[in-house]
Amino acid sequence: MIKQHLENWSSEINTVTIGATKEEGGSCRYNIKIGGEKTLPFLFKEGSLPCKPVIAYEVWDTVPSDWPQELVRFYKDVWTNPIDWAEKVVKEYHADLICLKLAGIHPEIGKTPDEIAKLLGEILRKIDVPLIIIGCGDDQKDNLVLPICSQVTKGQRCLIGEVTQDNYRTLTASVLADGHNIIAQSPIDINIAKQLNILISDMGLPLERIVIDPTVGALGYGLEYTYSIMERLRLAGLNGDKVIASPFICFVGQETWRAKEAKAEDSEFPQWGKASRRGPLWEMITAVTLLQAGADILVMRHPEAIRKVKEYIELAYSV
Amino acid sequence: MFIIGELINGMYKEIGKAIKEKNKAVIQDYALKQIKAGADALDLNCGPVAKDPLSDMPWLVETVQQVVDKPLCIDSSKPKVIEAGLKVAKNKPIINSTTADLEKLEILVDLAKRYNAKLIGLTLSSKGVPQNKEQRLELAAQIVAYCSEKDFPIEDLYLDPVVLPVNVAQAQQKDILESIHEFKIISEPPPKTIVGLSNVSQGTHLRKLINRTFMVMAVAFGLDSAILDPLDKELMDAIITAELILNKHIYCDSFLEACKKK
Repeated sequence: MIKQHLENWSSEINTVTIGATKEEGGSCRYNIKIGGEKTLPFLFKEGSLPCKPVIAYEVWDTVPSDWPQELVRFYKDVWTNPIDWAEKVVKEYHADLICLKLAGIHPEIGKTPDEIAKLLGEILRKIDVPLIIIGCGDDQKDNLVLPICSQVTKGQRCLIGEVTQDNYRTLTASVLADGHNIIAQSPIDINIAKQLNILISDMGLPLERIVIDPTVGALGYGLEYTYSIMERLRLAGLNGDKVIASPFICFVGQETWRAKEAKAEDSEFPQWGKASRRGPLWEMITAVTLLQAGADILVMRHPEAIRKVKEYIELAYSV
Repeated sequence: MFIIGELINGMYKEIGKAIKEKNKAVIQDYALKQIKAGADALDLNCGPVAKDPLSDMPWLVETVQQVVDKPLCIDSSKPKVIEAGLKVAKNKPIINSTTADLEKLEILVDLAKRYNAKLIGLTLSSKGVPQNKEQRLELAAQIVAYCSEKDFPIEDLYLDPVVLPVNVAQAQQKDILESIHEFKIISEPPPKTIVGLSNVSQGTHLRKLINRTFMVMAVAFGLDSAILDPLDKELMDAIITAELILNKHIYCDSFLEACKKK
């Protein structure tokens, strides 16, 4: 008989806590812990994996213009009002946490900091799950609005992003002052991921408050490249490189629903099968693969894909 | 690289004096600055002329432990002095050292087991210093065999090929480096490897350059640990860079700083 070989890792991934309960000074019903892995994904016999991966539902502050019908049909009744949208995913779909995407602050749409501050205030009153807040990707506008989001949600221990190697100072300072966690984004590049974590921690934000967005590709669009980068980072973290021992957040929905294989309507490629099956499957397979690479938070869109991935996680963790 | 700071040694004038006068401040200062410079553990040696090493060693251990929470390497040729240090050590200590002689192994492996300590094994014997790689391997195998027989965990054994000064044993340097690599093949799991670095430059000019160059080469031969002067910044940076080139750390622009954050 071949002897089972179990690896003995010298270190572990940092644990990051998102959301603050009422006892902790916030307004969440619960908080969520991610990370803490002492081995590679799903190798339960080898080491402890104390925190299950979680899925965040995307909620936008403005109506998305490029979502395909397959997503529109779930959200069109609520998407003109972000509060209704958030309430729907919490009440109807039982979202673990919400990822509020502030696409509306982009200069082309032009939502103001005041509007966003008001929106966040209302979300905190009505929504009691942990919150992720993402900017629009325009550095100047993000640096104007995200610090205000950080102040308004002070003490809620949100996860806010994203910062990059060229733009991290403003948001890091806010997140540090207001007790939040930060998302450090690197362009599928381990060297930059590591450098950015050093730059952020040099400003005084503990490594335990950083979540890495390694930048992911959907199935068919560089997924295997993403996988190898995440795996390398995770192996280094488990081997004692504290600087990059951060949990991962993966924007699965955003990448999947850009792929034509996911978003094409039935009439465009009749031979590809129904979009109502093809789209969520594409998102689900991307998500499950990224779980194997070590994803801790999946940010997703299609309720059916999310339900299936949750089932997958529950099943894997029940053995 | 597991770095053991070598500076708390009674053979250095300032330390010898501090031990004699029981001056804690001097010892603690050397402990803290070595750790700050990147040492993972500290070697403690009362020195060759200590009057009362049986009480000096526990005093050193306790003095250092008051300011530093790291493993200590209890360094003496006298087993009783080592035991006096082991008795008060808090973190898993390292015994420095045994040779391949049976009478030494019997005492020191037993001590290491009783105090749950790691053990440095010098590939030396009463017959003298080995003259080539084959003799080193033979002595290494004797130490490993004895430890296995006594159920001492081989992962806690650090084999030292015995580094000799380049100005007296130039012909041996290549054998010493190759031994570092070949010690690893003796058993599974493999033993760890260690060198007392400063010896290589004993009596030479340009000591730091020789230390640094030997060390980088030893890293390339797979060395796990070294007893050295961690305050030699160029040496410490060279080790990190050598490990970077061997793909042991992920590169980033601030790679020296990243390694120091461990």
